[in-house]
Amino acid sequence: MSTFATQFLKQARVMAGDLRHRRTIRTALGNYEIARDKGQASFQNWQSARQLASETKWEAINHLDKYLEQFVSKIEARGTKVHWASTGEQAREIILQIVRDKQSRSIIKSKAMTAEEIHLNAALEQAGLNVVENDLGEFIVQLRHETPYHIVFPSMHLTRGEISELFQRELGSAPTNDPEELTMIARRVLRKKFLTADIGITGANFAIAETGMVSITENEGNARLTAALPKTMITLIGIEKVLPKLADLALFLPMLATMGTGQALTCYNTMYGGPRQPGESDGPEEWHVVLLDNHRTELLADAEQRDALHCIRCGACLNVCPIFRNVGGHTYGTTYSGPIGSVVTPHLRGLQDWKHLSNASTLCGACTETCPVKIDLHHHLLQNRRNAAKGKPVFFERLAYKLFGFVANRPALWVLAKKLGRCGQPLQNLVKGTALDPARAWTQTRDLPPLAGESFKDWWRKRK
Amino acid sequence: MSERENIFGRIREALKAQAPLPGLHAHASTQTTASAPRQWLPKVSGSFDEQLALFTKNAAGLKADFQLFNSAEEMRQAIIRLRDAAGWRRVAGHSGDLTNAICPVLNLPLLRTDKAYDVHELEACDAGISECDALIAQTGSVLVTNRSAGGRALSVLPPHHVVLARREQLVADLPAAFELLQRKYADNYPSMMSFITGPSRTGDIERILVLGAHGPKRLTIFLLAE
Repeated sequence: MSTFATQFLKQARVMAGDLRHRRTIRTALGNYEIARDKGQASFQNWQSARQLASETKWEAINHLDKYLEQFVSKIEARGTKVHWASTGEQAREIILQIVRDKQSRSIIKSKAMTAEEIHLNAALEQAGLNVVENDLGEFIVQLRHETPYHIVFPSMHLTRGEISELFQRELGSAPTNDPEELTMIARRVLRKKFLTADIGITGANFAIAETGMVSITENEGNARLTAALPKTMITLIGIEKVLPKLADLALFLPMLATMGTGQALTCYNTMYGGPRQPGESDGPEEWHVVLLDNHRTELLADAEQRDALHCIRCGACLNVCPIFRNVGGHTYGTTYSGPIGSVVTPHLRGLQDWKHLSNASTLCGACTETCPVKIDLHHHLLQNRRNAAKGKPVFFERLAYKLFGFVANRPALWVLAKKLGRCGQPLQNLVKGTALDPARAWTQTRDLPPLAGESFKDWWRKRK
Repeated sequence: MSERENIFGRIREALKAQAPLPGLHAHASTQTTASAPRQWLPKVSGSFDEQLALFTKNAAGLKADFQLFNSAEEMRQAIIRLRDAAGWRRVAGHSGDLTNAICPVLNLPLLRTDKAYDVHELEACDAGISECDALIAQTGSVLVTNRSAGGRALSVLPPHHVVLARREQLVADLPAAFELLQRKYADNYPSMMSFITGPSRTGDIERILVLGAHGPKRLTIFLLAE
């Protein structure tokens, strides 16, 4: 087992037994579910909208070269500097270089999962730079030196009491249990940062090929300020974020909001087409867009799972996943958690190290059913299991299946095996869950259903 | 080779293999040749009055303050009431037909953001007053661009954003808003275009709604219906 797998199992065991954590998550997601269902019902046909969204992303991803070229030539024509990064390290280097060139003293950053993916903050801090997250949830987890718990709700695992304690300790604020007062404390602290920062870093939700724009979705206004006040703006974006046309947003913005937070539309959906243009009164003088590959082209090369690049990072599959809801976001140890994280992480960080995530699934298919762009998530988990077994077969698994095949192909042996099983099960029950139990891994936390006293074949024969 | 060429090389190599068509794993009855989003998005009726009613309902749900006026004079009275109720001492705005007709009656120091301005001065304003490109009935949104609404920061930095709109700016749905942008700006888009849907908000603490996270706590929309 990889150390990541050991860590996952250990952490999962702790979290699954943490009733307080499960209650917090259930409450948060209960409200989300009501809003999401209401949002879906307001569509004239949600299923057709999903199909259209999936076809639009399919078109974009399967002609990625064409649309990327169009996006870049359009956005460069308006004075934006485009950078290309094959790896996370290259992306960090590019951003560090810009920051050094500008002799930056203060950086603000709005929420960006791509930046989490390449550990940008750590790199900036190591270089002695000061970077402050300005999305409230991200600000909270940054103060706790934690990674985001969830790709949309970074601090959903924390209670107001914990956040109040954190603010008292880190910001010297007065204790309060009022979410509004806590939000205003953060607003005051971050407002000062907004006014003094010289560099603003953002992520992006979509890149529009037709017009050369990026679209950023948010609720707080922090990304709007990040793209308005600092002199230099840097946007880090995965190459898979392209959409062919500007008008495609008419579908994707409401779908992202419905599935992400249960809103009809998120508070601010903003399209940026360049730095400050001649005649404009504010906005950054320079805008750098960093396009990140970081193994996305490897996922692209896997035609079977290519649709995983359709992902719009709404987090809907996390919210419905029985595994995510019980083990929590941090247990995964990955940037992207939940079903989509379990599918893409083996591609981004190595199949053999992360194949255990393919088993962190009940294969119930709730993720596939909820995905607004129809990614075939649970089948991809099965495909990853298959690929992992093909790449590095496990001796005991192969032995077990060989044995099963041998017995199942011989009726007499099969009948004998069933009889032995019926006799053996009461004996196994005596040692159930203990070190003597051969099926311990299963029976420790689960019941093995009793074998029927009579086989179907016997019953059928008697019936006549 | 540059990284750009490396990445394009890998993309073209990867795309040599054909991917399965989208959505085929799902239930067969959902296969559509869905070409335009309008037919699947939430329905919006055709008449102006119905759209206005929908916008009013959505704005209320978003906790935006929406008011309708039959004359510019009514609108001027309303903004004076707003000034007095909120105790505005200084406001920011930009030059436009509606803003020019309304803002002077406030009789307050006015910071103009359509020319170079000091961001600290804007921060000190009690309200930002702007025009917009459209109101969207379907979602209760206000569409602004930095060209039509006084730059990038005016609509998001002051604690209160007041939007002045005209009757013909109300559009039915999001596809109509994008058609409008295309028609209006064609190949010379403003560098920022934003759908504002209610006052700034967050749910990051226990998923409880709090208004005024980083942007304005209050959003007031004035529509001149004459």
